[in-house]
Amino acid sequence: MRKHLFNVGAILQGLGITFKYMFVRRPTIEYPSIKKQHAPRFHGLHELRRYADGKERCIGCELCSSACPANAITVIGAENAPDARVSPGERHAASYEIDELRCIFCGLCEEACPTDAIVLTPRFEMADYRRGAFVYSKDRLLVPSDAGVGTPPDERPNGIPADLGRVAEVKSTMNVDRGYSATHRGEVLKTERKGLAG
Amino acid sequence: MLIVLVKSAVLLLVVITTFAYAMLFERKILGWMQLRPGPNRVGPWGLLQPAADAAKLILKEDLTPKTADPLIYRLAPFISLLTAFAVYAIVPFGANGDGSPWAIGDVNAGILFLMAISSIGVYGISLGGWASGSKFPLLGAVRGTAQMISYELSMSLSFVGVLMLAGTTSLTGIVNAQERMWFLIPQALGFIIYVITAVAETNRTPFDLVEAETELVGGFHTEYSGLRFGSFFIAEYVNMLTVSCIATLLFMGGWNAPFGLTMLPGVAWFVLKVGAFMFFYMWLRATLPRFRYDRLMTFGWKVLLPIATLNLVATAAWVALH
Repeated sequence: MRKHLFNVGAILQGLGITFKYMFVRRPTIEYPSIKKQHAPRFHGLHELRRYADGKERCIGCELCSSACPANAITVIGAENAPDARVSPGERHAASYEIDELRCIFCGLCEEACPTDAIVLTPRFEMADYRRGAFVYSKDRLLVPSDAGVGTPPDERPNGIPADLGRVAEVKSTMNVDRGYSATHRGEVLKTERKGLAG
Repeated sequence: MLIVLVKSAVLLLVVITTFAYAMLFERKILGWMQLRPGPNRVGPWGLLQPAADAAKLILKEDLTPKTADPLIYRLAPFISLLTAFAVYAIVPFGANGDGSPWAIGDVNAGILFLMAISSIGVYGISLGGWASGSKFPLLGAVRGTAQMISYELSMSLSFVGVLMLAGTTSLTGIVNAQERMWFLIPQALGFIIYVITAVAETNRTPFDLVEAETELVGGFHTEYSGLRFGSFFIAEYVNMLTVSCIATLLFMGGWNAPFGLTMLPGVAWFVLKVGAFMFFYMWLRATLPRFRYDRLMTFGWKVLLPIATLNLVATAAWVALH
């Protein structure tokens, strides 16, 4: 009988816990409509940058291709015609393809690039129904000529590009000023600074 | 005659709408208690979710297993549904100034009718499980039959205490007898027994061994799909509403306002009390895990039944001495 009485206490305690949790702030981020803030140097979709005069930075040296551990990058270089230069140097990339299904988003291409031409952006929504659509060629990688030069790798904007939508204002996720917050049951336990944030 | 038909149609609509939104609120409340937002994609605040669910159930393929007994297999969901709705023929929701109840029929043996109908409800589950011709539904049906018979016993005993205090079997009479004090207070033990057995009667967590997704796939309704599955589902929620109504009528004063707070009409108090009881149900589901089957039976026969008998004897002695 004593044991049964204790069980009643346990049930009441359980009821109390579930009732309390009805009023606890939910950590859910309703993803497609609200997006989570990224780490500042998040590795997402690639981008080929330009110089301020509109010329392409890529010189077709294929260093990114040889640095790539997943063999995802295919570059075919070509000589620049003296009267119609694509890039400032002698050569440019006639064709530049990245297979995003092979890519492991390690960022080694970015580090290998001698002209800072290839960079990783925070964009991550690349889903498609066709496999072929994941092979990105210059037409999709290159910053459009009227859209500036692209983002330098060390001055990358934190989080999500403005055109991707609403960013969640959630305490428990990455905060650029405070660093990464470890959370447990809705409470912030400790704040760590990681990487180049802040 | 016509008035009765109109009343029935209105009541049917009210009960079905309540069922639909009880389901939505259950999912919301379960979600909140588990730190999730709950359904919120269909309509503002998820309010059109029941309509979406209904459309989905209607459009699903209606399967009958080869091994099933076709007639009984098709009949079972209707037995469940029919018995679930039949109870509302006598449930009073409020009273006019002259004391006549707001009900389709004012039966003076209302509580006996309730008990009879809810006993027939078991047939839907046991026939459905048996006629599926498949092992998991059969196990669910066997469990359901045993569980409902053993818990109905204690439930009836908890009713008898109230009957003795009220001195009538009419539901209106029982509510009127609670004008000064809810039977919740003198029959506290009976109320606790009723709450426990009511959860077992409607096969909900922690007594949902009849369905037991983790062990029996879906129990008695494993083989059902589409609207037939939907009928069982409706029956379960309507039964939940029924036991909440009974709890309100027998123990929580029905449409009597508590503490003399008569600024709200009686029906509003009735709805509030039923709502509170329904919330408690959902709360229980979010909190407690499923019982082991042998413990369920042990608890029913060795703990609940003796306590219910004790309560009955004590009440009888008290009534006799006064």
